[in-house]
Amino acid sequence: MSSASAALDPAAVRRIARLARIRLADEDVAQLQSELGAILGWIEQLNEVDVSGVDPLASVGSATLTMREDVVTDGDQTEAVLANAPAHSGPFYTVPKVVE
Amino acid sequence: MTLEFTLATARDALRARRISARELTEAHLAAIDALEPELHAFITVTPEQALAQADAADAALGRGEGGPLTGLPVAIKDLFCTKGVRTTAASRILEPFVPPYESTVTANMLRDGAVFLGKTNLDEFAMGSSTTTSAFGATINPWQRRGANTQLVPGGSSGGSAAAVAAGMALASTGTDTGGSIRQPASFCGIVGMKPTYGRCSRFGVVAFASSLDQPGPFARTVEDTAILLGSMAGHDPKDSTSVNRPVPDYAAACRRGVRGLRIGIPREYHSDGMPAEIEALWTQGIAWLREAGAEIVDVSLPHTKYGLATYYIVAPAEASSNLARYDGVRFGLRVPANDLTDLYEETRAAGFGAEVRRRILIGTYVLSAGYYDAYYLKAQKVRALILRDFTDAFERVDALLTPTAPSAAFALGEKNDDPVQMYLNDVFTVPASIAGVPGISVPAGVDGDGLPLGLQVIGRHFDEETVFAVGSVLEQAAEFSAKPAIRMEAGR
Repeated sequence: MSSASAALDPAAVRRIARLARIRLADEDVAQLQSELGAILGWIEQLNEVDVSGVDPLASVGSATLTMREDVVTDGDQTEAVLANAPAHSGPFYTVPKVVE
Repeated sequence: MTLEFTLATARDALRARRISARELTEAHLAAIDALEPELHAFITVTPEQALAQADAADAALGRGEGGPLTGLPVAIKDLFCTKGVRTTAASRILEPFVPPYESTVTANMLRDGAVFLGKTNLDEFAMGSSTTTSAFGATINPWQRRGANTQLVPGGSSGGSAAAVAAGMALASTGTDTGGSIRQPASFCGIVGMKPTYGRCSRFGVVAFASSLDQPGPFARTVEDTAILLGSMAGHDPKDSTSVNRPVPDYAAACRRGVRGLRIGIPREYHSDGMPAEIEALWTQGIAWLREAGAEIVDVSLPHTKYGLATYYIVAPAEASSNLARYDGVRFGLRVPANDLTDLYEETRAAGFGAEVRRRILIGTYVLSAGYYDAYYLKAQKVRALILRDFTDAFERVDALLTPTAPSAAFALGEKNDDPVQMYLNDVFTVPASIAGVPGISVPAGVDGDGLPLGLQVIGRHFDEETVFAVGSVLEQAAEFSAKPAIRMEAGR
């Protein structure tokens, strides 16, 4: 893990932000590099823990998934669904042109 | 008059018609008017809705009808979707969002007759321990250090909900707890806050932060009041596949059980080097109170306690980065116009998310990214399994655990802001129970040398909220906590 966070150079910060679809101003990169590096460095204490033979735990929930009737339970909510859309045209969300 | 009532005594006064729901609601709205400029506990106040609900409650009570919460004015954390009432998660990106549906928890409370005063402030997307990361400004703690007027934080993320109840702006409120966001602000504000077992309350309609950890729960000024409110909030919901289909017990009755014959574990790893002597002393006092009330005290070990926070700060950001991917400027919320779809996503998310949310999305994206997933995320999930095993082992020997809630009393606004890791350390005692999904309560048990409240935490087995309430009630009775915050609603104010 230690080599991983050491690799958190400015290019890595930009790559992560790109994956997360968050635009970074140039002046934010250095500060994020140091903040994220500090957090990742602190997290590395987990290297001390012996996890051999331990299965990963994704959730502590004890609910069991149940079957239900395969029927429509909701619908005809176009207006409610679009009520919060920043822009729409008829029953469609609109976005900037993606296909030339 | 608002601080003279508890949820239970107000309910009795309403049923006996000694007071009307309208009078009670007007008194709380007046308290909000008077205190809001100083405390900023709310993002949105809904007086017309509250008075209409109060009048409906009076009509129902007049007919001899009414549910467990009829006519009782409460506040809702602005993370619960409320139909027709703006729900922001304290984020710019949801600033214009008006939900077309009601969260299950708030729907359950409305079913039981509650009056909603408004939506309370929080750390943006519930990410924080101070309610200072809100896009709508910080909430101020109603408590002040003796002889000083330094503004203190109410804790977080549910700081607005905690401050409102502490100051007498609401009888009770809802919060959500992902790593301590109910228990730590309850401790900082001198009130009771309860995080139920994961799965006890539906998460449907609660803006998601970390879905395997998030759990709604109640705040109030007494343990019994939190038990009453949880009784309404809890229950199975087909719309949340993680909500559990099992009966909701009579939590208020459980408050009267006592602790005679119970085995209470004291986890030795919670003694940390840097813990203030006053908190260590309060913990020792709490142990004595429970022993005097007939409990057997047992030394236990939760060996992976020290790795709880690091585990949390992998798991929670990973889930957050995935959950918050939905804020894309297309379907709801903020949009920053752009000529290209990728620019639209990136500019919208840059403008819409604050610094702490951005940090956590980036950490989460990193630990889930190709090449790092096993080293960080998978490793954290394995340590999570060990932390759960610690609790499972301990609960074979004891019925509940007693610990401090937080490693300090409320700190000043602006303190701990420079270093994210320092802020994260606030949750050192609350995060392990979140990771294990077990229930926990914070009960105000004493004050520090500055006169600030300190809480003790009781942790119980999965779905054994009843024992948690029983132990919490005994601590409450023994502590006789009667200190009052500096900024509060009193007759004559």
